[in-house]
Amino acid sequence: MTLPASLDEAVAALTAMPAAVPVAGGTDLMAAVNAGLLRPAALVGLGRINEIRGWQYQDGHALLGAGLTHARMGRPDFAALIPALAAAARAAGPPQIRNAGTLGGNIATAAPTGDALPVLAALEAVLVIVGPGGQREIPVSYLLAGREMLRPGELIGFVRVPLLHAPQVFLKATGRTGPGRAVASVGLVLDPARRGVRCAIGAVAPMPLRPLEAEQWVASLIDWDGGRSLAPEALEAFGEYVAAACVPDQGEPVAPGVLHLRRTVAVLARRALGRALTS
Amino acid sequence: MSGQDAATATTALNTTVTAMAATDPEASEQQEPRGIGASVPAADTRAKTEGTFPYAADLWAEGLLWAAVLRSPHAHARILSIDTTAAAAMPGVRAVVTHADVPGATTHGRRIADRPVFAHDVVRHHGEPIAAVAADHPDTARLAAAAIAVEYELLDPVTDPEQSFGAPALHPDGNLIRHIPLRYGDPEVTGEVVVEGLYRIGRQDPAPIGAEAGLAVPRPDGGVELYTASTDPHSDRDLAAACFGLDPDRVRVVVTGVPGATADREDAAFQLPLGLLALRTGCPVKLVATREESFLGHTHRHPTLLRYRHHADAEGRLVKVEAQILMDAGAYADASAESLAAAVAFACGPYVVPHAFVEGWVVRTNNPPSGHVRGEGAMQVCAAYEGQMDKLAAALGLDGAELRLRNVLATGDLLPTGQTVTCPAPVAELLRAVRDFELPALPKDAPEDEWLLPGGPEGAGEPGAVRRGVGYGVGMVHMLGAEGTDEVSTATVKVVNGSATVICAAVDTGQGFATLARQIVQEVLGVDEVITAPVDTDQPPAGPSAHGRHTWVSGGAVERAAKMVRTQLLQPMAHKLGMSTELLQIQDGRITSYDGAFSTTVAEAMAGKELWATAQCRPHPTEPLDADGQGDAFVGLAFCAIRAVVDVDVELGSVRVVELAVAQDVGRVLNPRQLEARIEAGVTQGVGAALTENLRTVAGLVRHPDLTGYALPTALDAPAVRIVKLVEERDVVAPFGAKAASAVPVVTTPAAVASAVRAATGRPVNRLPIRPSAAVGAPNS
Repeated sequence: MTLPASLDEAVAALTAMPAAVPVAGGTDLMAAVNAGLLRPAALVGLGRINEIRGWQYQDGHALLGAGLTHARMGRPDFAALIPALAAAARAAGPPQIRNAGTLGGNIATAAPTGDALPVLAALEAVLVIVGPGGQREIPVSYLLAGREMLRPGELIGFVRVPLLHAPQVFLKATGRTGPGRAVASVGLVLDPARRGVRCAIGAVAPMPLRPLEAEQWVASLIDWDGGRSLAPEALEAFGEYVAAACVPDQGEPVAPGVLHLRRTVAVLARRALGRALTS
Repeated sequence: MSGQDAATATTALNTTVTAMAATDPEASEQQEPRGIGASVPAADTRAKTEGTFPYAADLWAEGLLWAAVLRSPHAHARILSIDTTAAAAMPGVRAVVTHADVPGATTHGRRIADRPVFAHDVVRHHGEPIAAVAADHPDTARLAAAAIAVEYELLDPVTDPEQSFGAPALHPDGNLIRHIPLRYGDPEVTGEVVVEGLYRIGRQDPAPIGAEAGLAVPRPDGGVELYTASTDPHSDRDLAAACFGLDPDRVRVVVTGVPGATADREDAAFQLPLGLLALRTGCPVKLVATREESFLGHTHRHPTLLRYRHHADAEGRLVKVEAQILMDAGAYADASAESLAAAVAFACGPYVVPHAFVEGWVVRTNNPPSGHVRGEGAMQVCAAYEGQMDKLAAALGLDGAELRLRNVLATGDLLPTGQTVTCPAPVAELLRAVRDFELPALPKDAPEDEWLLPGGPEGAGEPGAVRRGVGYGVGMVHMLGAEGTDEVSTATVKVVNGSATVICAAVDTGQGFATLARQIVQEVLGVDEVITAPVDTDQPPAGPSAHGRHTWVSGGAVERAAKMVRTQLLQPMAHKLGMSTELLQIQDGRITSYDGAFSTTVAEAMAGKELWATAQCRPHPTEPLDADGQGDAFVGLAFCAIRAVVDVDVELGSVRVVELAVAQDVGRVLNPRQLEARIEAGVTQGVGAALTENLRTVAGLVRHPDLTGYALPTALDAPAVRIVKLVEERDVVAPFGAKAASAVPVVTTPAAVASAVRAATGRPVNRLPIRPSAAVGAPNS
């Protein structure tokens, strides 16, 4: 176990020990170790790298450090910047998990139920990867979909997120009132400058799904220059459109579980857009 | 290290206001609460809240080795070979044991010895132990266990209990563990209204907060000592001794603090390998189970399939109940026969039913093992018969509470087993109390951001989609072992220089027995300082901590022993005064004669004396159910009525239990605060069974054996618990007239929650736990 104090040191440590695994909050990694699923030869702890524990502003974007904890992202100052990511961070589990678990860890684990992931997908966030060859940038969806992978010695350093100055919503359906794993989740952001609605559905597939046609269709109906109002029927139809796109048929007859999941996604998408337009 | 109220700390999550505070006579007084009826706190509360209390997982011995158990990854397979050479050759490994190394009996079981210590020819469930390793480091032990090469031939698992009847025998004893065809009354009778229903109850796990752990220490005489959180130390000692091939007196079970137990602890699959490894290596051996091992190893609540047909007359009075009950035992019998007896006997609930035909089966499968979990049998049928009562009420257009009130059982009525209910049965009073209690206010007047909607704070819930439902559940449970079990407990009370000690092998699992024992001695002898001694098997047996038996049987034994000490203390004085001891009374630390002429303090009378007495308590005997399911099988019964108020988001199917109003038949309140904690704990466990707790399996393999996958209720899921009424009608045959209080809220809560969800959604809700897809509103609502 090494504890580098900077990203450069971390990259050097990872390059020196190719078998080492980087660990930040450890809320996913250590659970896998304890369950005997993973036996890392060495660990590179990222907890002492101060440069990735905060955020900075960069021409209309926020450059979020991968070491930001869920607890930090859940606070009001962060919520004023990126409300949906803050809401996802607050929903990400009990306080013990939120205090330790990080944004970068959520992305690296890439669990289907990762709460930050649909929000990052909806925001079209870009990852700043640091490695032995310097920095490179890849869209978050490329990494989650496996189109691009981290190379040896590389780390997620930062996450670049646009500051949209418009309502954003994160909602999830779980089995209980207390913190729980998402059955389905939705991240939805409005982008008034581009007159767009962007939405991603989490937990129903291995990665967040973007219903692009539904987004474009509903964005064309919104009165962007006025009160951003939308008829209830259009909200309803948007929900159904999103659900049909994200929960495909698996042959006839449709299994009851699929029907319920589709209904859940439709309700979440409808409510998310409704809340975004009225807030 | 005697176990004390471990569960109280967890149940304190429910910050609720209850009617109890008003009934606590000691609350206003300055002095330390003492004696019966006072809220005496548990003696080890401080150590437990500060984290200094030593549980089995904290124990240490010089030179100890660490054990690991190899468990089956398959639900059903033939073992072709087991090769331990690689494991035994690993550096640091001190011993590897398999079935071939068991010197005594190769099968064991707390009730029926049908479970192998280590599987050798076949494995019958996921997680069945196959071998164990002792090594000088826990990781070495685990790696060595993983290095044992086992060659399996996979067999088709039988996972549907309905298929078990026709499947090849899973066990030499056959697949049918017990069949009870209860026949009571006239089978030809029919009612004017008939309702039918099919109900499914899931697999609840006891999920103790502290997973299984133990330390085995070899003794110089060739015996072994087992330090575990056993809830039935003498049975555990006997089965361990049989497997080790030792006399029972060479094995000593020492009970450490119990970190939560609502079912049988400890898992024999740990205790037996620990003892074998300690005997083999001559070193102390310790094992602390992972959460996964804990889920795989211990027994669960029986998943149950129930088919019901209720007949009633036009006024809603029950005419006949027909039922078929099929319980899934998993691979081994354990407590299944008793669970089935409870399910069949209470299949009609606390209602008067003139004709009943109930057929029950409990069968083997390759699913995870089932066993004693409090309220077993009674809880599954309660969910079903209360579902039937809701259906009848709907068919007749009656209010659910009214229909139930027309049928409730009272003292003197007959159970379908032919047994007369002789104990207090204030069912109507309980039901009226919860029905008439004020309903919780709707949140509509509070600011919107203060609403706690289904889905949680900042969740997806939307007020417009939330429907509120109110439902009822009435349940019953038996106390003490049934069907002729010899229920006996022995206790010793010792007084030295005014300080008393209770020696009794009744394990305090969190039910509060240690506190109760102190209260009894304080009451009888007037001493303040009472200690309960740690429990081990050198003491006389007190039986398992189950079915509320220690409140009754061990509490009775403690009272008798204390009274014998009292006689020894008062006899010389009474002799001197020329009166009988009955004319002297002990109160507020003073001994006074009936006429007030003589008076002294207890401390003075006890000074320099050492007084001992040992006594036994054995309640009146019971008899097994006969071929028609008839017989006086139960010593005592306890009842409970619950009104549930739930909010359901009918679009997402998410449920939040807003409030549970509880009225319970308790006989007599011995410790108000402890009683309140027991009821809140039971209710919360019931909420888990109703909404989230189900250990899922696929083809017999447990999915997600962890606390993320197995969703226990959190503080946000636990509802407000209003204890509306505690009916104190003393049960004359029970010591102090008190009834056990922990199990019956567990039995009743799931039925009440399901009833309320039915009212909110209009859906049938015939499966527990209630899945969101079953709680989305009916299409026409």
